[in-house]
Amino acid sequence: MTKAIPSPGRTRGFATFDEPPPPLLVDAAGKPDFAAIRETPEFQELRRRTRAFVLPALVGFLGWYLGYVVLSAYAPEFMGAKVFGAVNVGLVFGLLQFATTVALTLAYARYARRRLDPQVAAVRALTAEDQR
Amino acid sequence: MTGGNTAINLGVFAVFVVITLFVVYRAGSRNTTASDYYAAGSGFSGPQNGIALSGDFLSAASFLGISGSIAVNGYDGFLYSIGWVVSWLVGLLIIAERMRNTGRFTLGDVLAYRMRQRPVRAAAANVTLVISLFYMIAQMAGAGALMALLLDVHTKGGQALVIAVVGVVMVMYVLVGGMKGTTWVQIIKAVLLILCVTLMSVFLLGKFGFSLSEILETATRNTPLGPELLEPGVRYGETAITRLDFISLALALVLGTASLPHVLMRFYTVPNAREARRSVVWATWMMATFYLCTLVIGFGSLALVGSDAIRSAPGGENSAAPLLAFRIGGVVLLGVVCAVAFATILAVVAGLTLTASASFAHDVYANVIKRGQADPRAEVRVARLTAVGVGVLAIGGGIAANGQNVAFLVALAFALAASANLSTIIYSLFWKRFNTNGTLWAIYGGLGSCVVLIAFSPAVSGTKTSVFPDVDFAWFPLGNPGLVSIPLSFLCGWLGTVLSKEEADPAKQAEMEVRALTGIGSGLR
Repeated sequence: MTKAIPSPGRTRGFATFDEPPPPLLVDAAGKPDFAAIRETPEFQELRRRTRAFVLPALVGFLGWYLGYVVLSAYAPEFMGAKVFGAVNVGLVFGLLQFATTVALTLAYARYARRRLDPQVAAVRALTAEDQR
Repeated sequence: MTGGNTAINLGVFAVFVVITLFVVYRAGSRNTTASDYYAAGSGFSGPQNGIALSGDFLSAASFLGISGSIAVNGYDGFLYSIGWVVSWLVGLLIIAERMRNTGRFTLGDVLAYRMRQRPVRAAAANVTLVISLFYMIAQMAGAGALMALLLDVHTKGGQALVIAVVGVVMVMYVLVGGMKGTTWVQIIKAVLLILCVTLMSVFLLGKFGFSLSEILETATRNTPLGPELLEPGVRYGETAITRLDFISLALALVLGTASLPHVLMRFYTVPNAREARRSVVWATWMMATFYLCTLVIGFGSLALVGSDAIRSAPGGENSAAPLLAFRIGGVVLLGVVCAVAFATILAVVAGLTLTASASFAHDVYANVIKRGQADPRAEVRVARLTAVGVGVLAIGGGIAANGQNVAFLVALAFALAASANLSTIIYSLFWKRFNTNGTLWAIYGGLGSCVVLIAFSPAVSGTKTSVFPDVDFAWFPLGNPGLVSIPLSFLCGWLGTVLSKEEADPAKQAEMEVRALTGIGSGLR
C-alpha cells in the first residue's frame, strides 16, 4: 500500500534493448510540459490521494470546531454541565479540540509520508528533474 | 509594580538583547543576496522553522493577553487559545506545502503566479503592508503597556522612549541578520517562552496535587463570577449580538492564522514542501503545549493571586501572568517572565518588519516599478531601507496607540488576513477559471469591507472600551467583522471572475496546479 502507482505504459522494469526509454515530459528547451504532466495517471493519482485525505479532514475539523463554538454560544447550559469535579462539558470539549488537532496533524504527516511523498516522487520521475 | 525589581527586570532583558544581537550578527555576516535576506537561503530544517513559526506567532498578546483573558473571562478567554491551535490545520492541509512549491519570497509570488503581474503584486503588497502594520502597532502598543507594569515607567514620555528603543533594536535585528538572524531570534525566544510557561504550569499543577479540577475550584472561589467563570457566556453571552460576535471572532481566529503574511513567509525558509509540512507539525506541538499552559496559568493566577489583585494592578488583566510569576517565584521569576514578554514583542515585531520590507522591495520595487528587471543587490538595498521606514512607522503608530487593548487589535489583524488573503489563495490554487480581475476584487473587497466594518464597529466608537469612547458613529453591531467580510471576499472573487471577459491562462494554470503538488519546475527537491 505504500507503493507509488506507475502508469502501465511507463513501467520501469527490466530494461531491454527493443524498448526505448520512456519519453520525459519536457519540451525541447528542457522545460517540463505541465499540461501533459497533469493528464498522466501518476499525477491524477496524486491529486486523488491528496483530495481523499484533505477534503474530509477539512470538513471534519472545521465542522467540529464551529460546532463547538456554536454550542458554547447558544447552549451554555449544556456546555456548563459538570462532568467531574469542577470540570464541565465545555472544558472537556475544548481540551478535546487540542487532542483532535494534534491527532489529525500526526495522521496527515503519516499519510503524506506513506501515500503522498512516494507518489510525488513518481510524478517527478516523469521529468527526471531530480537527475538534472 | 508590587515588589518588582526594575534592575533585575532590565538586567535579564539586557542579557537577552546582547545574546540575540550577537547571534544575529554571526548569522547575518554573509547576508547579501535576495534569497539570504528574504528566505535565509531556504536553509532551515522543518523542526527549526516550526519552532520559529511558533515564535513568530506567539505574541505578547498570546502570552499576557490570553492568560489574563482566561483569568478575567474564564471559559470565554479559553476560546482564543482553541481557535489559534485549531487554525494550524488550515496551514497544514492547504497552505504550507503549496506555498513552498509555488512561491519564492512573498505572498505576491503565489497570488500573481498565473495572473497579470503588476496589479496583483501591488495588491498583495498593499495587503501585506496593511496587515503587518496593524499587527505591529498592536505589539508596540503592548510594549508601552508592559513597561508601565513591569518597569514602573508611568509617564507617557517614558513609555514612548521604551517603544522607540524596542523599535530600534528590532530594526537592528532585521538589518543585520536578515531572515536568518530573525529566524534565530524567533527560535531562541520561542524556546524561552515555552520553557517558561511549561515550568510555571508544572509548578502550579504540582501545588494543587496535579488536579486541574482543584485549580478550577480554587479559581472560582477567588472571582466575583463564582462558578459562572467556567461556563460559556461571561464575555459574549449577553445578547444575540454578542453571541454572533463570538462566532465572528472564532471564524477570524481559525481562518486568519494561515493567511498572515509573516506566517506565510516562514514557509520559504525551508528547502522543500516536506520540510514545510514538518514545520507545521512542529509548530502545532509547540502551540498545543503553549496554549494548554496558558489555561493552567490563567486559572492558576486566579487561584493564587485572585481577581481583585489582577484587576487593580497596573496593566489590568494583562498583569495576570507576571503577578503569578512574582507570587510563585519572587523577583527573579518575575524578571524572567518580563524579559520573555519583551523578547516576544521584539521578535514578533522584527518578523513583521522583515515581511513588510520584503513585500515592498520584492513585489512593488522589483516587479511593479522595475517590471522584474531589478538588480538583486538594489532590491535588497530597497528592502533594508523599507525596513527602516516601517520601523519608524511602527514606532510612531505604537506611541499613538499606546494604551489600546492589545488582544483586540491582534484579533482584528486576523480578520483582515482571513478576509483579504484566504479567499485569494484558495481560489488561485483550486479554481481554474479564477483570473486577475477576480483576484483584485477578492483582495480589495475583503480588505476594504473589513476596514470599513471595523471603522464603523463598536470597537472604534460608541462604547466605553472603544478607541473613541466619546463619539458614536458605529452602525455595524459586531466588534469583529470576520463573519461578514470573509464570505464577502469569497463572493467578490467569484463575481469579479465571472463578470470579466478575461480568460484565465490555461498553461499557467496547469503549471501552478502541477507545481503546487509536486514542486516540479521550482528547482526544489
